[in-house]
Amino acid sequence: MAEKLPKLAKANLTALVVDDNSVNQSIHHKLLDRLGIQNDIVCNGKEAVDAHSSGRNYDLILMDMDMPIMNGIQATKRLREMGISCKIAGVTTRADEEEKKEFMDAGLNDFQEKPLTISKLISILQNLELYIVKT
Amino acid sequence: MNAGIAQLQMQFRDYTISLYQQGFLDDQFTELKKLQDDGSPDFVAEVLLLFFEDCVKLIGNMARALDKSTGTVDFSQVGASVHQLKGSSSSVGAKRVKGLCVTFKEYCEAQNYEGCVRCLQQVDIEYKTLKTKLQDMFNLEKQIVQAGGVVPQVDID
Repeated sequence: MAEKLPKLAKANLTALVVDDNSVNQSIHHKLLDRLGIQNDIVCNGKEAVDAHSSGRNYDLILMDMDMPIMNGIQATKRLREMGISCKIAGVTTRADEEEKKEFMDAGLNDFQEKPLTISKLISILQNLELYIVKT
Repeated sequence: MNAGIAQLQMQFRDYTISLYQQGFLDDQFTELKKLQDDGSPDFVAEVLLLFFEDCVKLIGNMARALDKSTGTVDFSQVGASVHQLKGSSSSVGAKRVKGLCVTFKEYCEAQNYEGCVRCLQQVDIEYKTLKTKLQDMFNLEKQIVQAGGVVPQVDID
């Protein structure tokens, strides 16, 4: 049975899933879907940058760290340099404090360890003030 | 008919619990099941299909990277594939596979060839075992539904 979900701060929130792994893409897409957040999926940091260069915008980006071509740290830095100010949450299996700091310093607003769950995603939304009321 | 359904449901419940107790699955599998709903009734099966495809691909990569006949073993390449498999096994709750990947990663970092080869063999066996176990679980679900019953929610303490 689906958990009770928080009301989202803004209707029609949009998100971008940036992950090279098809299993994680599928799960993150579904998690966002379950919370009523429309979302697109890209496979690496370069595709995330290209999506924004082409004029697409999102309220939230779920950014994986380890990806080919352009990783999450590089992509986050690039997006911030481009003036993209939306919320970016890093999601990674790497829990090393140094690596986490490096990722945060690249321009993240929040960080969660994989695997993502509904409660972890809700935590991200709460931390980033993307919800109104917790039900 | 009802007694038959009840028996199937009990079998399903016991079998599912045993998969957790024997360490094949962990809480993340439970989280995955929470995402399945009327709108996506096959979500868990679809994600698992992606996971098992990932296993085949990544284990193939690891085997090629550990093949000494092609030259020097590139442990960083092996490690990269192990890291990927650790990630996806963690995401679906494949506890034993994930655990093996942790050990495998340590052998990669230590550039321990024999250790890596052993882990490769073990991880290959383990994902195939899990695949068979989950197939049996899905078959039980199917039998329950075909008999006109409802697949029970299983609480894992």
